[in-house]
Amino acid sequence: MNPDASQGAAAEEDLVQLVAPDGRRTDGEQAAAYRDRAAHLGTDELRAMYRDMVLTRRFDDESTALQRQGELGLYPQGRGQEAAQVGSGHALHPQDFVFPSYREHGVLQVRGVDPVDRLRIYRGTEHGGWDPADHNVHLNTLVLGSQTLHATGYALGVQRDGLVGTGDPQRDTAVVTYFGDGASSQGDVNEALVFAAVNNAPVVFFCQNNQWAISEPTSRQTRVPLYKRGEGFGIPGVRVDGNDVLASYAVMAEALERARTGGGPTFVEAYTYRMGAHTTSDDPTRYRERAEEEEWALRDPIDRLAALLRAEDRWDDAWAADVEAQADSLAERLRADLRALEDPASTSMFEHVYATPHSQVEAERAWFEAYEHDTAQDERDSSREAAR
Amino acid sequence: MSTQRFPLPDVGEGLTEAEIVEWKVAVGDTVAVNDVIVEIETAKSLVELPSPFAGTVVALLAEEGTTVDVGTPIIEVGSADASASEPAPSGAPASPGDSSGGSTNGEGSGSVLVGYGTGDAAAGSRRRRRRAEEPAAPATAASKPAPAPAPAPAPSSAPERTPGIAKPMMSVPAAVDGAGAASSGTTPAGRIRVLAKPPVRKLAKDLGVDLASVQPTGPGGIVTREDVVARADAAEPRTLATYPDDDQPWLASGSVTNDGRQTRVPVKSVRKRTAEVMVASAFTAPHVTVFRTVDVTRTMKLVEKLKADRDFADVRVTPLLIAAKAALLAIKRHPEINASWDDEAREIVYKHYVNLGIAAATPRGLVVPNVKDAHRHELLPLARALAELTATARAGRTSPADMSDGTFTITNVGVFGIDTGTPILNPGEAGILAFGAIRQQPWVHKGKVKPRWVTQLALSFDHRLVDGELGSRFLSDVARVLEDPAHGLVWG
Repeated sequence: MNPDASQGAAAEEDLVQLVAPDGRRTDGEQAAAYRDRAAHLGTDELRAMYRDMVLTRRFDDESTALQRQGELGLYPQGRGQEAAQVGSGHALHPQDFVFPSYREHGVLQVRGVDPVDRLRIYRGTEHGGWDPADHNVHLNTLVLGSQTLHATGYALGVQRDGLVGTGDPQRDTAVVTYFGDGASSQGDVNEALVFAAVNNAPVVFFCQNNQWAISEPTSRQTRVPLYKRGEGFGIPGVRVDGNDVLASYAVMAEALERARTGGGPTFVEAYTYRMGAHTTSDDPTRYRERAEEEEWALRDPIDRLAALLRAEDRWDDAWAADVEAQADSLAERLRADLRALEDPASTSMFEHVYATPHSQVEAERAWFEAYEHDTAQDERDSSREAAR
Repeated sequence: MSTQRFPLPDVGEGLTEAEIVEWKVAVGDTVAVNDVIVEIETAKSLVELPSPFAGTVVALLAEEGTTVDVGTPIIEVGSADASASEPAPSGAPASPGDSSGGSTNGEGSGSVLVGYGTGDAAAGSRRRRRRAEEPAAPATAASKPAPAPAPAPAPSSAPERTPGIAKPMMSVPAAVDGAGAASSGTTPAGRIRVLAKPPVRKLAKDLGVDLASVQPTGPGGIVTREDVVARADAAEPRTLATYPDDDQPWLASGSVTNDGRQTRVPVKSVRKRTAEVMVASAFTAPHVTVFRTVDVTRTMKLVEKLKADRDFADVRVTPLLIAAKAALLAIKRHPEINASWDDEAREIVYKHYVNLGIAAATPRGLVVPNVKDAHRHELLPLARALAELTATARAGRTSPADMSDGTFTITNVGVFGIDTGTPILNPGEAGILAFGAIRQQPWVHKGKVKPRWVTQLALSFDHRLVDGELGSRFLSDVARVLEDPAHGLVWG
């Protein structure tokens, strides 16, 4: 008995797929509703998705290399998951709020978070890297699954602010949290599902099932397909081909609309594959077969979108070359600017404790500044002495 | 031309060292940013490192097969572009013998050649030391005046050499591995840089000859065309040592001697660790081994019974399983043997748990994973744990955690048809039990000679903390359980 095999068969059956791996659009009955949601996407939109996916892949490759060169402490690769991330990211409205885990480089790309800022945490210069309010994207969360609770809480706030179900598309707001198949086993995620369901929170649980929780296969995480995980909590679920950018877009658009209109939470399982290692500290050759990696390589999400663009005559060599050039300059910029990153001032830790001025924090800050000044003075004195 | 050095990065969160497995580039190669330059093996994985620089490889600073500390420069890349993004890390002025003055020394800077430059050995070791210091204390190096060329200790050497040709600095690679690494405690300074003219280098490359392996005869230790051809000819009989269809994995990564009659293989990974721990164990713990021959006919009957038992249908029941249980019962009766000698603290550490190690021969070599908290297991879960442990070991997936913190070990030499042996203790443990082959032998049973299943047990123990009495009583108890497993009821 092989649980993987039975899951695999179920995966094929229930999967929402709009574009087949060879780039042709599918025509099955079950996906018809989703097909309509992606129907308005024209050449410009598809090319924008392609560009985001290519830039995300290059960001990923360059960051991995920089880690190997000692410039980053750690880096979690997202290779293979670009369609799930970029597709779902393109369905977001500006006012929607995202709570990522730590592998959502594609979502951050779509939301416009600066590539160098994305790496600050992995270089160890800062715990965050950007102001969440700038792009409506919360910081990378390395504690497994806790962001699902943050997202649910934030969604309850959105609900209480009256930003759900007003009928105004500029106002109605959804919250999205990204997590993985491994995190789905966390208590936090299950608690978030409970609270989201009973409060009808406007939140989308976007679970990228990349098949491997570090070295544990999905069969060791769940006995039922993950998209059914929400059912017991009272949350509808859908399984989408996470290597199909159009399907990821369409499924996410539906889930976001449900949230914004007061329909409550949705559990999306994006069925995809982590083509790289869990992080740069991991060696997947120790626990999975090369044959499996090769099989998934045939379903590379970027190749699939390229095939679609070519099949529908939306491809242009000059444009594609320009995207490659943009990727090259992105890589070059990363290499240069990352090395130039400076540590933030140590007093910056006092800046975001409270939203408004706080006398106790101010006093601590003043004491700390005086202390730093004195120790710096001492060091200067002692080095002068040493020089003598 | 400016040069840049790439210090070995920590590629896995808190690693302190890595082994250089294979260089993918050679001196003189042109590299681009992110070209793979070297494969390293860390405690966690095999990792390929991409070059952070573009330029020409000036020097490989660490030998394949050596273990290098994180932060030690491993490669030096010369950049044609003077405005390279990172300056060379050391501000020390180029001093005689320092290889970084690339433009004057050219490709020939530094050399390590078999049997050469004995008179320069002092200079060589000084240079090695200075290099090791550089990353840590560049200021010190800079503040000292650059040392003058060493007064030549051997009259034959330095004066007659032209300045453009650097002196041979070090001895053979073996010496680098041994003396260099041992004395400095850090990395040996250098990949050998061989002196040879470009056409000779090309010839060597075409013939597949590693320049470092060539005995040079040219002036100043230069490898000549003739030397390369001679080496290539000498290399011809290489195939004598191995035959194409032979499956001889132990010869992998070795190099065949010139006469083709021997293969020398660098000692690495599991082999290296096994050697280290065995030497440490054999020469710190005074070993005593006691033996006992035992009639295990009843154990064999029990094994047959359990095999037919429905509960045990999905596990392999073997005499080793009963032996493991017997050892656990004996440890329960003599917990003093489940202990460890802490030399530093001058303390004996008694363990209130048994992590039962099983020595396993695997394709990668000998590994000793242990069943955690084996004392808590009933027979069935113990059987499962043993099966899982051996399966993991055979698949080569035993993790360091699986092997750490063992408290007692069993080695099943019987599977190789061997009667008994004098096993060496797994370091940190006070006892190891060898389980011999089980054969039918004539045996006096109830006053008559009968064919019975008989085996031999051997127990080696650390005489620092286990005396002969304890060791003997322990082994007798193991034997008694195997003789009559009903004792398991009495003592369980």
